[in-house]
This record gives sequence, structure tokens and C-alpha cells, in this order.
Amino acid sequence: MSTIVLLLVTGLGLGALYFLVAAGLSLIWGLMRVLNFAHGAFFTVAAYAGFFAATALPGLSLWLQWFIGLLAGTLTGGVFAVLTETILIRPLYRRPVGQVLVTVGLALATLALVEGAFGSDPRQVTLPDWMNATTTILGAAIPNTRFVVLLLAALVLAGLLFFLGRTRYGLIVRAGVENRAMVSALGIDVERAFTLVFAIGGMAAGLAGVLGATYYGTIDPSRGTTMLISAFIVVVIGGLGSITGSALAAVMVGLLQQFLNFYAAAGVGDFAVVLLLAAVLLLRPGGLLGGPAA
Amino acid sequence: MSPRSAAVAIAVLGLVALALPFIGITVPGLFEGPLNSAGTLNLLGLCFVFGALALTYDIVFGFTGLLSFGHALYFAVGVYVTAIALVRWHWSLPQALALTAIVALLLPLALGAVCLRVRDIPFAMVTLAFAEAASILVLQNPFGLTGGEEGLALGSGVLPAGLIGVANTAHLYWIAAAVLVTTCAIGWWAVHSPPGRVWQAIRENERRVAVLGLNPYVYKLASFVLSGFLAGVAGVAYLLLQGGANPQITTASFTLVLLVMVVLGGVGTLWGAVIGGIVYEYLDFRLLEFSNASGVQDLPAILRVPLSEPLFVLGVLFIVLVLFLPAGLGGLFQRLPRKLRNSSG
Repeated sequence: MSTIVLLLVTGLGLGALYFLVAAGLSLIWGLMRVLNFAHGAFFTVAAYAGFFAATALPGLSLWLQWFIGLLAGTLTGGVFAVLTETILIRPLYRRPVGQVLVTVGLALATLALVEGAFGSDPRQVTLPDWMNATTTILGAAIPNTRFVVLLLAALVLAGLLFFLGRTRYGLIVRAGVENRAMVSALGIDVERAFTLVFAIGGMAAGLAGVLGATYYGTIDPSRGTTMLISAFIVVVIGGLGSITGSALAAVMVGLLQQFLNFYAAAGVGDFAVVLLLAAVLLLRPGGLLGGPAA
Repeated sequence: MSPRSAAVAIAVLGLVALALPFIGITVPGLFEGPLNSAGTLNLLGLCFVFGALALTYDIVFGFTGLLSFGHALYFAVGVYVTAIALVRWHWSLPQALALTAIVALLLPLALGAVCLRVRDIPFAMVTLAFAEAASILVLQNPFGLTGGEEGLALGSGVLPAGLIGVANTAHLYWIAAAVLVTTCAIGWWAVHSPPGRVWQAIRENERRVAVLGLNPYVYKLASFVLSGFLAGVAGVAYLLLQGGANPQITTASFTLVLLVMVVLGGVGTLWGAVIGGIVYEYLDFRLLEFSNASGVQDLPAILRVPLSEPLFVLGVLFIVLVLFLPAGLGGLFQRLPRKLRNSSG
């Protein structure tokens, strides 16, 4: 029983990370029809930015350092994303494949740069004592970091749903997902919404980068790529453009991976996720909560 | 150049390439040793393999318009199935090649049949996911077959004597050249055949092809399978040249590198893709040497670190190309005055 609870919470935590990366991808795809391969680079760069910001002020308490790292990582992710959108993607609005290619190049170059500057070995992250401890629930000793990750991801989900459902800009974004040409025809500047969506997506990916460091206890240059691929799978299973779909699929993927990797063999879970993806595409090409196939 | 003089130029180039192992000239700056040294021949052989591989990717991406992110998988089939049959099961080379041919045909057929149910970017994501699953499988080393992160060295005694050792690099070089020529021939024939014209029509407007009464799905699948099979053939040549299999070639990053090669050369032109593959592999190799050169190592860290990462240099080059030269290096060529221009393939 205690193993099941532990796997459940750990899988949910993993799903939370996937959701944070997938949410931005899904929104960017939904509004702009851009598949952003640089999203993993946002994650990685933010993780390193958070790491160095947290260690820059050694006198402070570990909690405050962690929080500064969190803020720095989130902001870095957002700024990086906005720069990517304005400098690289904007000139290519009329060339959708060019947009994908440019993010591919950015991802390759950024990851090579991070690896060159900071090495490819994982670095240990210093966490507040409470986060290194565990809490016992139903007999399972659960690392406290899992709760932090889950709580923050839940807040982001709530925030995104509020933003999309209750604010004027959210309305523009939703309308743009439905029919971009119509929104422009009504005299609304959709391009500003593009930058906004990239900023939100980048901040979520940046937050995921720092939380990934909290979750695993280490950072390394290659985790962003792994996260990106998992997030792609999550986005397709959940339905492109649907935030709730992404959240649902992220939880499913995280749990499936954890349980099968533990009960079957390491790697089986990752494999099963791909099979799930194939099954979803065969039965519902648009994803679980998506519309008809894109 | 008229098509005729172009054909003559290609024939001369081909003869020089074939005779290269007998030419002992040193080309300073371009290659480390003399042209017929084992190192140079190996590098050139790898360049040929990547030229062929880039061409196979151009068939699906450039000619059929299918943005597949799983092409590394089919290349890896050629590398790993052959290596496993030779090393783990001690099969002879012809037996191993026969098995590889069957897998290289059936796997793209099965996976393509699933992936092609969706289009555009979802298609890209699904192909990526399958390739990633294969990459995970290779790293997990199931039943001790793939050797996990270590890869799988061919070792001694598994290949015929003529394919082993530094002295026989020329044979491998010729095999690589033969693979490139065969791939080019099949690729050229395929894209100029009636189905090949349908592929290009699908790339331009799939719905219209369907309205004309043709089933795009079947044609897309044919393109996917042909390209996957030829990628497997290139994989076998790669395995022989490298003397082993390494898991890097199964990763998603490797497919992205293929994409860079094709875009570098020019999407939708066969010769452009071949040149892109050759130039990329050459640059990747030489940039690594360049980064270890003393001139670069003496630079301050802010310049040294980016310049010592070949992928950084290539990634930036790629971005610049996509932004400012969408037709690739081949496009640069086509901007030359018409009189100077070669007939495109």
C-alpha cells in the first residue's frame, strides 16, 4: 500500500512538471500553429539561471535562496521566450516550417552552449531542510518536494484557466485559437497575443526548469530535451490547444510511467507512454479533449 | 552549363572520387593527411553516408512534405539490426543483411501506417515519439542485445577479412560511395516516376490530390517506406565505416541534425540534400578539430566556449540560413546567373 501511495504522489509530481512544459507548448501551438522545439531550451536555461541566482547570495536562508532561484528561473524563461518570439519567429510568420526549423536550430545551439559553459555532468542543488525531509502519508514516506511541485503546478493550472476564461486577453487568446483570421478582422492585434502566449509559455517552462531541479535534486543540460519529448506526447494525447486536456494527459503519462517503470522494468513505462500515444491517435486523432484532427 | 556538360562534370567528379584511394596528394587545410590516408578516406566515406542519408530524408520531407522527426530510427535499424545479427547471433554478413533488409522494410511500413493517420505537426510529434521509444529501447539494452550506452563494437572475426583493418579502408570508402550513388539513382528515379510526381503534388496540395481520385495515404506511405528502407541501407554503410553501433544515432537530436543537413543544402532538391549532408558531416568533424586547435584554445572563455561546440556553430549557422537563405546552399547556387547554373536534379 505504501509503495502505491509513494508511486502515486511521485507520478503526480512528474505529471505536474510535464504539465508546466506542455501547457506553454499547447497554447503556442493552439494560437500560432508553431511547434516550439526551443521549449526544452527554455527549461534548461531557466534551471541553470535559477541555480546560479540561488547560490549568488550565500548569506540568506535556504528558503529565501530557493525562492529567489524560482523567481529568477521563471523570469529567465519568460524573457528568453519573448526574445525568441520577437527576434526569430516574428520575421517568419508567413513560413510555418521555417518557424519550426528556427526553433530547432535555437534548441541545438542553446543546449550546446549550456553544455560547453557548465559541463554535461549533473550539478547538485541545495534545498531547504524541509524539502529534503519526507512526510508520512498512509505509511508511505513521501519527499516533501513532491508537494511543492504539485502545489505550484495546480496554482499555474488555476491561474491559466482563470486567465483564459475570465480576462479580456484570455478571451482574445481563446478566440485566436478558434479562428485567428476572424480575430484580426475584428481589429484586434493578434500579434501582441502571440508575444503574450510565448511569455506565459516561457515562464511556465522556466518554472518547470527550477521545479525540475527541486524534484530531482540535480540539474543537467539534457533534461530539457527529455522533458520536451514527454511534453510533446502529453500535448498530443491531451489534444492540441487544450489546457485541461494537457493537465489530464500529463497526470496520465506521469502515473503510467512511474507505475510501469517500477512494477514492470525500468524503461517499460516510457515505452508504454508511446504506445498510449499511438492508441490515442488511432482512436481519437484529435487527442482526448481536442477537436477534430488538426 | 548545359545538361550535357553537367553530366560530363559529374562523370569526371565521380571518376576522381573512385580513384581517390590511389591519389597520394595532400590538400593542406582541407584534410589532415594525404587524400588516400585511412583517416581522410574514412571521413569522406562518412560524408558520403550522410549525403545519402540526407537524400533519403529529403524524399519524405522535401518531396512529399512530410515533416518526420523519426528518421533516425530507420537509419538506426540498418546500424543496430546488422550489428546485433553479426555480433550477438554470429550470423554471416549476407544473412545479417537479409534480416536488416526485411526489418528496414517492415518497420517503416508498420509505423508509417500508424503515423500517417495524422498530418502536419501532429505527424511530426508521433514520428518523434516512436523514434524516442526506440532510442529508450536501445539504451535499456534489452536481453543484452544493444549494449546500452556503450554501443556495440563489431570486434574481430565478424566481418569478411576485406572489410577489416586500416589497410582496407579503401574498400569501405568504395562501399560508401556505392551506397551514395545507388541512393542517388533510386532517389532520382523515384521522384521522377509517376508516384514521385504525386508526392510533390501532395506536398503542394494534398486535398486536391484526393479530389483528383488518388488516395494520398498510399502514396505518402510508399514515400515513407522507400525513404526508411534507403536510410537503413545508409545505416549499414555507417556501421561498417565506424566499426560499431553507438546509441547517439538513435536520438531525437540526430533526426534534428538530419533536418539541419537537408535545410543546409536546400529542401526539395536531391543534389542539395546530398551536398548538405556531405558539408555538414565535414564541418562537424573539422569544427571539432578546429576547436582543439591552439588558436581557439587561447581565446578568452567567452569566445572559446561557443566556438568549441560544433553543435553551437552549426545551430547558429542553421538559424541564419533559415532566416536569410530559405533555399539553402543550393538556393545560393541557383541565384547565380542562369548561364552559370547547373541543371538541378
